[in-house]
Amino acid sequence: MTRPGITTHLILICGAIFMTLPVWVAFATSTHAPETILREGLQILPGGHFFETYKEVLFVEGGVMKKVTATTMMKNSMILGIGFAVGKVIISMLAAYAIVYFRFRLAVPLFWIIFMTLLLPLEVRIIPSYEVVAGMGLLDTYTGLIVPLIASATGTFFFRQFFRSVPDELLEAARLDGASAWGFFIDILVPLSKTMIAAILIIMFVVGWNQYLWPLIMTTKEENYTLVIGIKQIYQVLSEGGELPQFQKAFALTILATLPPVLVVLIFQNWFVKGLVESEK
Amino acid sequence: MKRVQFEHSPIPYLFIAPQIIIIVIFFLWPAAQAIYQSFLLEDAFGLSSQFVWFRNYTDTIFSDAWLQAAGFTLVFSALVTFLSLALALLLAVKANEVIQGASTYKTLLMWAYAIAPPVAGLMGNLMFNPLIGDLYAFMNTIGFDFDHKLDSVDAGFVVVLISVWKQVSVNFIFFLSGLQGIPKSVTEAATMDCKSSFRRFWTITFPLLAPTTFFLMVINITYAFFETFGIIDTTTQGAPGGATNTLVYKVFQDGFRGADIGGSSAQSVVLMVMVLALTVIQFRFIEKKVHY
Repeated sequence: MTRPGITTHLILICGAIFMTLPVWVAFATSTHAPETILREGLQILPGGHFFETYKEVLFVEGGVMKKVTATTMMKNSMILGIGFAVGKVIISMLAAYAIVYFRFRLAVPLFWIIFMTLLLPLEVRIIPSYEVVAGMGLLDTYTGLIVPLIASATGTFFFRQFFRSVPDELLEAARLDGASAWGFFIDILVPLSKTMIAAILIIMFVVGWNQYLWPLIMTTKEENYTLVIGIKQIYQVLSEGGELPQFQKAFALTILATLPPVLVVLIFQNWFVKGLVESEK
Repeated sequence: MKRVQFEHSPIPYLFIAPQIIIIVIFFLWPAAQAIYQSFLLEDAFGLSSQFVWFRNYTDTIFSDAWLQAAGFTLVFSALVTFLSLALALLLAVKANEVIQGASTYKTLLMWAYAIAPPVAGLMGNLMFNPLIGDLYAFMNTIGFDFDHKLDSVDAGFVVVLISVWKQVSVNFIFFLSGLQGIPKSVTEAATMDCKSSFRRFWTITFPLLAPTTFFLMVINITYAFFETFGIIDTTTQGAPGGATNTLVYKVFQDGFRGADIGGSSAQSVVLMVMVLALTVIQFRFIEKKVHY
């Protein structure tokens, strides 16, 4: 191999700047006073208003009804992200277990039903989905927020793929030892899938945290906003109010909405990459 | 199918039940409703409805607004897919070459995966804000008469730029892992046979990456169709005059803002058919990849 030249590094540095600079600028600008931002525009260096801005965003009620803080929204986002990830892993592992390890009459049609969810992204059935959830009285509840999102097939396919690669001898041995269907699942298959479960949890947490359309249509009360949908509503209030536009707060909110999923991805980078590449196969 | 399985029993139904129940309630039932409603015409108050066969379809699909949205979606998807793939491929190839700083580059190039499209959209929107946005000022300084609130090409530029930015990292991750999957012996043999790294890339590396590229194309088209909803909703909201409406965004606007349930459902059904086509393509490709 030839040694990579200076251009290679130059291209990579440009790419890295392109991917990071916008977020850095958003952060730097969020730490300035609103007057400074209006007068001078975006900022590349951090200013002295970090604590002021973030304290206000996190703890002082904002929004149209003045009912929501970023702390509340962060809690909602956290519940959505974790609930979505955990629910999805449990439901899809159970379903994949049934499909791979059992012979039953309805196996094929049921598999096709699961498969069909790939054809029905939320976006193409928004209004009837909304009506179903509204009819069940689940608007503005965590159940209504999370459950309709967790049934899609991606997780099931992933675990199906993984279970198929588990050697058959394991089940033979377990059955000789008299293991029940549930026992084999809990004592052998789940411990065996640990890494995979971790990888899927990480990816699904990010996916759940980042949900936009569904939370947008099914939360009507401000105190139920997640960060990702709340920032837009609040941004409108901040920039269209009669007073000085509070751009620093808008930037601070985008940073807060970005931070948790980014941290998760950075901390668990290897698992995350492995899970992502494997799951899409 | 496993060679060894448990015997017939009601147990598997218990395991698969949670997922099936949720799917039936929250996927199949609403989808059936969408199909049903697409044949109905409701009055303005939603009090009575009438079965109108395919009128909603002909009314929406041949309307100028839908055709405009379809045209924009097509151009938009093509641009986003091509640009984000090209950029990601370039970066992945370079990142695969370096040894020094490789993991730092990798982290910096992939981390934006975790940012939600609407958050990226909002950041972009702020940067293009005429009051404070330096990008807005920059575009005007270098001689464009730039105004994404009024000019449809400029608005399209903003949406494409943010969508590409958001998608580069996913493509980068897959390209890099595809490149790392190419055996060292192949690249070494190629290096002996061919001095030009440019030619080596197009004759050896790129064909070996073809399965990854094709797979990513499907992913990216799906992304441009559906997931960019959040970007459009936080930037242009379809403005000016519906010039940046994607098909999905129009379903949402007609159904929720315009309360045209029948028309919006008909558009949903058309989209379902499009997803079906995409999935068929994807699956045929995956079959091929297995034998590859």
